[in-house]
Amino acid sequence: MPISDAHRSVVHPVQGAALAQHEVTGSPGPTPRQGHRFDWWSTPGKPDAAKRSARPRVGAARSAVPAQRSLQSPPRMPDPAFAEVYREVQQSDAFREIRRDYRRFVFPATAVFLGWYLGYVTAQAVAPDLMRTQLVGPFSVAWVLGLLQFVSTFLITWLYARNARSKRDRAALGLRWETQDQLR
Amino acid sequence: MTPTAFIAAAITTRPVVVTGGRHHELAVVLFALVVVITLAITLWVGRRGQAAEDFYAGGRDFGPLQNGIALSGDYLSAASFLGVTGLIALYGYDGMLYSIGFLVAWLVVLMWVAELVRNTGRYTLADVLATRMRERPVRAAAGSASVVVTLLYLIAQMVGAGSLVALLLGTTGAAAKTWTIVAVGALMIIYVTVGGMRATTWIQIVKAMMLMIGAVLLTVWVLVHFQGDLGELMHAAARSSGAGDRYLEPGLKYGGSVTDRLDFVSLGLALVLGTAGLPHILSRFYTVPTARAARRSTVWAIGLVGAFYLMTIVLGLGATALVGSKAVKAANSAGNTAVPLLALNLGGGEGSTGGTLLFAVTSAIAFATILAVVAGLTLASSVSFAHDLYAQAFRRADRPAVTDRQEVVVARLAAVVIGGLAVVLSLFAQRLNVAFLVSLAFAVAASANLPTLLYSLFWRRFTTRGACWSTYGGLVPALVLVVFSPVVSGSRTAMFPGVDFHWFPLENPGLISIPLGFLLGWVGTVSGEERADPDKFAELEVRSLTGAGAV
Repeated sequence: MPISDAHRSVVHPVQGAALAQHEVTGSPGPTPRQGHRFDWWSTPGKPDAAKRSARPRVGAARSAVPAQRSLQSPPRMPDPAFAEVYREVQQSDAFREIRRDYRRFVFPATAVFLGWYLGYVTAQAVAPDLMRTQLVGPFSVAWVLGLLQFVSTFLITWLYARNARSKRDRAALGLRWETQDQLR
Repeated sequence: MTPTAFIAAAITTRPVVVTGGRHHELAVVLFALVVVITLAITLWVGRRGQAAEDFYAGGRDFGPLQNGIALSGDYLSAASFLGVTGLIALYGYDGMLYSIGFLVAWLVVLMWVAELVRNTGRYTLADVLATRMRERPVRAAAGSASVVVTLLYLIAQMVGAGSLVALLLGTTGAAAKTWTIVAVGALMIIYVTVGGMRATTWIQIVKAMMLMIGAVLLTVWVLVHFQGDLGELMHAAARSSGAGDRYLEPGLKYGGSVTDRLDFVSLGLALVLGTAGLPHILSRFYTVPTARAARRSTVWAIGLVGAFYLMTIVLGLGATALVGSKAVKAANSAGNTAVPLLALNLGGGEGSTGGTLLFAVTSAIAFATILAVVAGLTLASSVSFAHDLYAQAFRRADRPAVTDRQEVVVARLAAVVIGGLAVVLSLFAQRLNVAFLVSLAFAVAASANLPTLLYSLFWRRFTTRGACWSTYGGLVPALVLVVFSPVVSGSRTAMFPGVDFHWFPLENPGLISIPLGFLLGWVGTVSGEERADPDKFAELEVRSLTGAGAV
């Protein structure tokens, strides 16, 4: 079932009870300070900033709970309602899209850089003569390939960061709040 | 020399000193300054916050740039600053292979580990596994693997530190080494118990900045010396290396047998896959507030680490070109003093004020590097012990849960015990082939931690049984193969040179133990009766990619 505003507005009684327990026992969830810290995510000008600020802040809600965060490790969430929320989110189109965007970049990129690195290492052993061929100035093929390893690492890092920033970050953050709202 | 011995050479040193004199006295003064500054940071920062969150994760309020610098500080040990540079100085192109392997490894960290681990865990690697597995067995497995990895790494660093500091100070006696190890151990225990993660992170930041500034300074100096002509630098290095053009070609080091080449591939694999399983690197991602910040800190770290390794090439070539291979080798057969010697030479040579000053500064940077890295390792190891083993795995089901306060007390005690243990083991290990420890640390991390982590995050059907099988299935073979490798017996440089019970030809077990870790994880899962809980996997998958419910 797709995540929607309508869905979120209905607080299931079981979930309500779960919420109470959730807050007292101190579960994984942003602490007040962290809730506040998320502000730098929503830099002014981002289209969803207004939408999010209209929603009650998770952090603000938490700070109303006087009990200090319990010093226990997080409860194992045996609650079936929680499991259902996660299952629903997992099946939702929004999540599938995030996962697809992540995998569509990471799988091929890993194949490329691992293959390229292992190929480069193997080439020293398999084709030493080719590697010794002089190419540009003082650089032989081996040096050029070695320096290109640096270049490719920087390039893949930059591409990955750009991909994550433009494709996943906003959707993931939105889904995070929606999921946490449902878990409350 | 085979590749693993290569790494050994990066941190063990031969006590031969050709340089002596005044520059060692100034070095002592600067060493003391480093100690004072780091202790001041510890005391000043350590007062803020005593909760588990502060001790384990530095309050999670570091910024991406700060954590990125700290990550590079954790990663660039003295083995990188002195060892890799020395290897490039001695073996030219073949030394550069190390720089590349160490850097490419970060792509695995960036794409597969940083964000997902930040989103799903609290303090350790085992937290991620415990999200979907039965808690006690996976914490016992992952906790022990983490403690083993960090302890091996720690001993290697400390044995290296002993001989290195002794060398930099110009004393070669066994007593000097022993006292150095004890002093380094005492300092790292103080940093960790008093300051926790927050102080350790600030020490890493200060150290990493010193390291980068020092490296940039020396690199620019070398480049100015050659009027920015890289070709001239390379040719000058080749001329002074004694090997001629072969210095700039592959094969000066690894021209040897098939076993040598396989060993090199094995080490390369362990380096690339091991970095993502190193506990002291993983725990850094919990010091930032969000997964996005974890990613940005990794990007910073890649930039810094990459820039640093590029500079090591110039420094290594520069050392050979200006000091000469013969002098580098005479000072230390593994090339570990190449950078300090280069600094001495750039500053004006033996006896000059500039040379003395630069030599002392470079040595002090190396010393700060050692201190910061051992502190990071001790912390990671004590956190794994307290949070995974003591609080969960060792606790009987009928006993009340361990509170965070108790956990932190245990973690502090563990830091003292582990630190003390590392000191004692390092004292006994002084004669030991350090290669075996470093390559083993990486190989164990790659074969025990990484398969389990990746399976948990990405394989729907993975079970607790599979997790235990892949962790122990990577850990045990890696240890066993090393015991029966030429590192331990049957060669001239072995731990026990007199006897020969080796049957495994490679020095690095990675080529066998890493695939074995992955294979056993799969076998353990499909052969068991247990079925994976789809709800738990849904939870982990959603949390890892969105950050829902992240602390």
